[in-house]
Amino acid sequence: MSTDTQTAPRPTWLGLPPLAVGLLVVVLASAYAWLFLHAESQVVVLVLLAVAALAAVVGGRTGADRVLATAMSQHSRAMNGAIVAGLLAVIALFATDHFPLLMLTTVLLYMTAALGLNIQFGYAGMVNFAGAAFFGIGAYTAAVMTTQTGLPPLLILILGGVMAALIGFVLVIPVVRTRGHYAAVVTIAFSVLFKTFLEVNDILGGPQGLMVDSMKILGWDFNASPVLFGVEMSFYLNYALLGAALAVLAFVFTRRLERSWVGLTLDAVRLDDTASACFGIGITRAKVLAFTLGNVMVGMAGALYGMMISFIAPTSFTFSDSLLLVAIVLLGGMGSPWGTALAAFIVIVLPEKLQIIQEYRFLLFSVLVIAMLLFRPDGLLPRTVRAYIPGWRAKP
Amino acid sequence: MDIGLLGQYLANGIILGTMYALVAVGFTLFFGVLDVIKFSHGDVLMLGAFTGFTAFLGLEFVGVTDPWVQVLVVTLVAVAGTAFIGAVIARYLVLPLKAAPPLNILLITLMLGTAIREAVRLFYPNGSNPKPFPALLPDASTDLGNFTLRADSVILVAVGLAVIVGLHLLINRTRLGLAIRAVAQDEETARIMGINYTMIVLVTFAIGSGAAAFAGIMNGLYYNEINFGMGLLLGLIGFSAAIVGGLGNLYGAILGGFLFAALQTIGAVALPFASAYKDVFAFGVVIAVMAWKPTGLIAERTSDRV
Repeated sequence: MSTDTQTAPRPTWLGLPPLAVGLLVVVLASAYAWLFLHAESQVVVLVLLAVAALAAVVGGRTGADRVLATAMSQHSRAMNGAIVAGLLAVIALFATDHFPLLMLTTVLLYMTAALGLNIQFGYAGMVNFAGAAFFGIGAYTAAVMTTQTGLPPLLILILGGVMAALIGFVLVIPVVRTRGHYAAVVTIAFSVLFKTFLEVNDILGGPQGLMVDSMKILGWDFNASPVLFGVEMSFYLNYALLGAALAVLAFVFTRRLERSWVGLTLDAVRLDDTASACFGIGITRAKVLAFTLGNVMVGMAGALYGMMISFIAPTSFTFSDSLLLVAIVLLGGMGSPWGTALAAFIVIVLPEKLQIIQEYRFLLFSVLVIAMLLFRPDGLLPRTVRAYIPGWRAKP
Repeated sequence: MDIGLLGQYLANGIILGTMYALVAVGFTLFFGVLDVIKFSHGDVLMLGAFTGFTAFLGLEFVGVTDPWVQVLVVTLVAVAGTAFIGAVIARYLVLPLKAAPPLNILLITLMLGTAIREAVRLFYPNGSNPKPFPALLPDASTDLGNFTLRADSVILVAVGLAVIVGLHLLINRTRLGLAIRAVAQDEETARIMGINYTMIVLVTFAIGSGAAAFAGIMNGLYYNEINFGMGLLLGLIGFSAAIVGGLGNLYGAILGGFLFAALQTIGAVALPFASAYKDVFAFGVVIAVMAWKPTGLIAERTSDRV
């Protein structure tokens, strides 16, 4: 660090330095997530939603968001550590409850899948409306492999991703050759084709679906409830921890990819493919890479999801589910991993929690996204301009 | 293969093709004037079918029982109502987002489709169950060997084709069509030439939505059943048909619609595997066609300005 960057006025909020504000936000957010997942009564859920909206408005007005952004960029190591610690704390607090852990793990796995789509949508600018199909490929791979072979489940998790990538290769030629709406139809057709195929064939269980064996690592069965300190934990605790590991891995990978030359290449291809081709970037190579990496992440998330819910059927992998994944990416903000994480939480947990409007939740949810697109089209946490040198601060 | 059975499949394929072409025409019109994909099109179709059904119930209530009057009123009410809704959607959801990335419009209309679907399911009386659509057309039929030619099929195909031809004439032979084509070519030039841009866009959306409502009524009359989810697959097929034919081209949409119906029929009849795979086969061929002709069979004339 040179000296002149130190002289930049450090933004503060209520007299607190950025790191303190950042840690405070992480603690508050973790507590909020815990309260929200815990909330049983509808009144509490509605009050909590109002609190979140109020906090967002007040935070924006008083400049807390800018200080938070400073904390994220200047103390990224401490902040990331704090966020992971907060996540683990929330998981630990729910150690004995089935339902909150199931929801939390679902959020983490959907976040992993949405991060995969983010590489395709946000970085390379490719559309993929078959997210749920690749998710399903991972889950069905897990189902077949766990029941038919004796392969170690951790390897099957990776195989789920590999399988999604391999089947994705079938689509590579039309996806890379087409653009815009034409590319959309290729993936939409694949999404419909995949679900119909699962429903009509007999080998993969047809409409009834398949059983998936549980995850086992070194003889430790994930579906047996672990006993810690004499207390029987929920067996979802295993999946929550593994899901958290997978999500953190996917997150770190996405961030690294974004910062690398590969990420820069993908950005260039998205913004102007003709110009990038003139600069000697292999457009086809970049697109194939982004498509494959994204599908691997979606497939791995799907494989773990299948093992967790232990029973899968074609109705879980429809076109509407693909849309849900795309909605997560767009709600969060394209190319913004933190936005994806936030949006995954909202999209998965909110409909489950708002039982009072159970019947109307899809209607309200779609209206919400429409309003979002009309009034804040960049997403909840828009992607910021690329920082060329990580940790580098611009001169004032 | 028995010749009568073959005729049966052929007749069914032509009906489906007409319906798909009508849906695809809407997609291609919207894309032509505004370069957008309006994905709620399938659900607008469903809304048209339900509007028609409501009109039928109203007629029954008033006491009009002549089937010809009924079918005429049902169709008119459905087409007019849905055309109005299409224009409203264009005015308040599509036009404000004109400058936004195409993906946003795709998503907003997809979500609108979900909203329409859910709204019909929740708020239409007993909307979550399929409704028995009345058979208003004469049920006479002629036996030609094994092949039963139903009068209602003949009427549906004839009227459907007439609507397609009418749309073609409207686009290519009238002043309104000229304005629509001008807007599709170049928005700014069209404005300078004194064309009311917003008006033309709204009228185009009204026309496309009306065609979809017509397809919805056709679907109801042919299968005698409508339900809140019928629009999703029809919309997807219409979109695929429009894309395979080549967006922004009326002939492309018609070609795509009949091609998709032909693929489904071939998949059901002529291929060695079970007929349940017909959609898998049809969508598989769509993907293959996109790999072969990335901008559709009748390619859009485009040039990249670098």
